[in-house]
Amino acid sequence: MAVYTMKEAKPAPSTSKGLVFWLRENLFSTIPNTLLTLLGIYFIYTTIPPLLDWMIFDATWSGTKEEVVKEGARWIFIIEKFDQFMYGFYPEALHWRPNLVAIISIIFVFFIPRLSSIKIKFVSMLLYPVVCFILIRGGLGLEVVGTEKWGGLMLTILVAAVGIIASFPIGILLALGRQSDNMPIVKTLCVGFIEFIRGVPLITILFMASVVLPLFFSDGIEFDKLLRALIGITLFQAAYIAEVIRGGLQAIPKGQYEASESLGLSYWQGMILIILPQALKISIPNLVGSFISLFKDTTLVLIIGLFDILAMVTLTNSDTSWLGFEIEGYVFVTLIYWVFCFSMSQYSRVIERRYNTDH
Amino acid sequence: MSEQDYMISMQDVNKWYGDFHVLKDVNLNIKKGEKVVICGPSGSGKSTTIRCLNHLEKFQEGKININGTDLIEDVKVVRHIRSQVGMVFQHFNLFPHLSVLENLLLAPTWVHKKPRHEAIKTAMMYLERVKIADQAHKYPNQLSGGQQQRVAIARCLCINPEIMLFDEPTSALDPEMVSEVLDVMVELADEGITMICVTHEMGFAKKVADRVIFMDAGQIIEENEPHEFFDNPQSDRLKLFLEQILSH
Repeated sequence: MAVYTMKEAKPAPSTSKGLVFWLRENLFSTIPNTLLTLLGIYFIYTTIPPLLDWMIFDATWSGTKEEVVKEGARWIFIIEKFDQFMYGFYPEALHWRPNLVAIISIIFVFFIPRLSSIKIKFVSMLLYPVVCFILIRGGLGLEVVGTEKWGGLMLTILVAAVGIIASFPIGILLALGRQSDNMPIVKTLCVGFIEFIRGVPLITILFMASVVLPLFFSDGIEFDKLLRALIGITLFQAAYIAEVIRGGLQAIPKGQYEASESLGLSYWQGMILIILPQALKISIPNLVGSFISLFKDTTLVLIIGLFDILAMVTLTNSDTSWLGFEIEGYVFVTLIYWVFCFSMSQYSRVIERRYNTDH
Repeated sequence: MSEQDYMISMQDVNKWYGDFHVLKDVNLNIKKGEKVVICGPSGSGKSTTIRCLNHLEKFQEGKININGTDLIEDVKVVRHIRSQVGMVFQHFNLFPHLSVLENLLLAPTWVHKKPRHEAIKTAMMYLERVKIADQAHKYPNQLSGGQQQRVAIARCLCINPEIMLFDEPTSALDPEMVSEVLDVMVELADEGITMICVTHEMGFAKKVADRVIFMDAGQIIEENEPHEFFDNPQSDRLKLFLEQILSH
């Protein structure tokens, strides 16, 4: 027989810590790893400095295009056309309205998750789109600006935002419908809708929305082109959201449904209070992935004659006094898209961390 | 006694999963305040039996009456019955996205429409009773298994049930945590609540049960008061079963 005493925890030996240890362990642990490290360093050395030279150190930031002497990017083109990239043909005197919407949106995105009262959250979520719509389109004493004048980054964000916000509740309902085994007709309709939309490219849906949809309406009714695109994009996105959320729903253990039922909660109470919060939480990464795809896909609206930011760049490039500035324009658009998509992905991480309760 | 005098009455209940006959003519009458332990091998239908009582499972034939209400497929009737029946699960089934306190507040505020401050008071009282009030603002995953199961019991008590159903409440626990849950259940039993417990904790059965029921292959094989049940089993199947679980 033997009895042992309890031992105190000791600090880890110093040979397993420090910079040199980390380098040896991670960058130069084996010969292949060392080769890959050197190759990586070489690749960075050959690409990054020339890129920085072109974009920053040799770039022209001011003056007219006749005065350009440096070899780098001529950002004067972007500066000259900046307003068109941002607002399209929106009247210059009214640019403050989309700007105000942008400020409201930033405040909205950052403060809504922090509100504790569900009532205030709900009211502001209902109010937000109405306020934004009136500010951008006009009405209630504000000068009306027709949708044919909307364009640029403003239009890109607007199309993406409407697509995301409107498709979300529809997607949830579709996902729940697809899960409802005790309502075969509802289930079949949901499955049919989702599978149809997912089997068709967005471009086709946009064409259908802009060309086919008006055929169903009598001649007198003029149906706004932007509205048609928004309906098409919303339905398209809803089908994808539905599948993402269905994945989340399937990950919720059966016991959660049973506990909610056994406490006497109704179907909708159980869904809203128990199942959906958990399902949506695990779906955040995939939802945001799908939102990012949508943000980039919005550029397809140019094929039905709407001028988003990419279309504006193409358009300004055909301005005879500014020929040959394509590269600057497309690099600028690339940066804009990257900034927005990267921000969305970072925002999703923040949200994920906030709602994390497993520890 | 007529069925109205019983808290729970099951008459000739039959249930099939597809073509598989899981419950065969189950008859069970339980008086107010009675404590019943159900045991039996896995797949014998013991969990299914108690899950029928709050309509987590449907049954095809027979009749169930809970505290004077016939259990029929009607949303209102089912809700009424569920408001009187608390259920504790093997895997606790706490809601991981809500704090312990919020878990307890859900049913009182949303189903029974109690004012929030009143519900909080009741919830804290029950947390006190299961000796876990200091953890009220933690999330379920931050608690040990035994603590989670005690929260689950408190969550049921918050709806002020007439009947408590326990579906193998200690089977998923580490051995060291079994007794803290059983202690709470013994206390509850002493307070006179009607209780059905599916468990293999024979010590618990001996201590609190008025009656022990043995099920196998979807039917009740034998029932007796606990001492007779364990010391003097009648059927061969029960003798074999007791031998298996008591031999080590």
